[in-house]
Amino acid sequence: MLTYVIRRLATIPLILLTLASLIFFLLRFVPGGPFDTEQAWPPEIQANIAHRYELDLPVSTQFFHWCTAAIQGDLKESFQYLDTPVSKIIATSLPISMALGASALLLALGFGIPMGCLSAWKQNTWIDRLAVLFAVTGLSLPSYLAASLLILVFSLQLGWFPPALWEGPSSWVLPILTLSVRPLGIVARLTRSSMIEALNSDYIRTATSKGLGPMSIHLKHALKNSLIPIITLMGPISANLITGSFLVEVIFQIPGMGKHFTQAVLNRDYPLVMGVALTYGVILILSNLLADLLCAWADPRICFAPCKGAG
Amino acid sequence: MPHSLLKRLQKNRTTALSALFLLLITLLALFAPYVTHFSYEEQNIIERLQTPSFKHWMGTDTLGRDLYSRIIYGARISLSVGILTAFSALVFGTLVGSFAGYFGGWIDTVLMSIVELFYIFPTPLLAILLMLVLGRGFVGIFLALSMTAWVNQARLVRNLTFQTKELPYVEAARAIGLTSTRVIFRHVIPNIQTPMIAFLTLQVPANIMAESFLSFIGLGLQPPLSSWGTLAQEGFRAIQSFPHLIVYPGGVLFFTLLALNFLGDGLNESVKLMGFDHKG
Repeated sequence: MLTYVIRRLATIPLILLTLASLIFFLLRFVPGGPFDTEQAWPPEIQANIAHRYELDLPVSTQFFHWCTAAIQGDLKESFQYLDTPVSKIIATSLPISMALGASALLLALGFGIPMGCLSAWKQNTWIDRLAVLFAVTGLSLPSYLAASLLILVFSLQLGWFPPALWEGPSSWVLPILTLSVRPLGIVARLTRSSMIEALNSDYIRTATSKGLGPMSIHLKHALKNSLIPIITLMGPISANLITGSFLVEVIFQIPGMGKHFTQAVLNRDYPLVMGVALTYGVILILSNLLADLLCAWADPRICFAPCKGAG
Repeated sequence: MPHSLLKRLQKNRTTALSALFLLLITLLALFAPYVTHFSYEEQNIIERLQTPSFKHWMGTDTLGRDLYSRIIYGARISLSVGILTAFSALVFGTLVGSFAGYFGGWIDTVLMSIVELFYIFPTPLLAILLMLVLGRGFVGIFLALSMTAWVNQARLVRNLTFQTKELPYVEAARAIGLTSTRVIFRHVIPNIQTPMIAFLTLQVPANIMAESFLSFIGLGLQPPLSSWGTLAQEGFRAIQSFPHLIVYPGGVLFFTLLALNFLGDGLNESVKLMGFDHKG
């Protein structure tokens, strides 16, 4: 177990380095530079700016400088937001995105798991059909459509919540709801199918024949085991939440990390693009690793070798 | 697709209804010039922003273009992006996944590290980079989506191969001296094709949705071409005054995704009943 964790952790820097170099060199292929203006500046000024941001050095040297700085925790200054270090931009915008994503995740788990359980216990009744329809609807509803509906009804018609921005609890409701729709569908559907599988298994038959009550069987035995596939899926779901939050942030004008994804590339703000992509990568790798470890903890039968790529 | 699988599907009403709806949409998209009265790019400023009428079944947009025609022509793009991306993911993901799973060891480690690399590559970032290098268009969208879509397929196939390669018939194939590639393509892959195809059906709606996300944030096709995502984005800007502009394209997109998901669910359930467990 420990050697597995160490081996996984050891590959992280390598993967991050490859990601960083890929993006770094891809960015330089993009036509247009960070300080291009409608009217070209005199060459002396251009040279000065290029020198200030080390853009006059060979690309490989720039990359080397960037790497050595990044290892020491310095992500350089943004080109667009003058005199602002990239780490500061991420430090102010990441907590907002994290809060949005974490709330949506909690909502999805809090409603999705009970819904899936209920659906499985009442299999093939109208409750089950309704819950399945609800779950598949959640899966099939693109977040901008969910957002449109929510804004139309709760903001423009009823006036309960503001249609945009991130100022105070009442403005958090609609974006969090929007973001949780899809993961809720995924969680509910998966809980249902793994619960049904658990209820049909031998150990449940044993528990029933021992005379245990339905509560004890459903909650203590079946639910515990059917949670494992959900834990496995936490990695992809968090990835989904991050890319999803990016769209939700655009729609609701939330000052999170998402808007930097496109804006920074369009501005050719190289350091900011690198910083945002790296943060994203670290979060994804860690959530994936955590999901794998949780999975092994929940189900001791899982051996590490064949499950390495799972999740 | 195995015959028994088709038979099982016919029993399920939701699945059958979904399949029928998808067939209708596909036919409309294929024969678009014959089922629309207007071209998708024909502008008519006098008749702009009309609500649905006999002449314009779903109304017109800000440039007076017929929304119904634009949705039908948009179906061509949305559907083909979804299907092509799923297909490329199938080919590429299967290749990488089966080799990683079959050979194991350092080949597995290297290939799976590459998979992880693409897994953490932010799709919007990749899309916008490709769009800037290649120009906005079908190829850029297709490449951006394909480069991230194959990852899940590769993981699935790897785990399936891992389970399959120790089975007696694979061992027998190895024992009579077949080459590894022959064992993989003739013995391993044919035996895991059912769960692979079932998984693939759920990839198509995921890709259509991903394309519409990219289009929605303005990384889609250049006008007058449009997909359902670009139409929804145009509609979103006029949501307060002209809700029909988002309701119709959004509705068609939603019901298509719903039908695809129901169909995929039906397939996956049948596969499970047939004794495959592809959760890995």
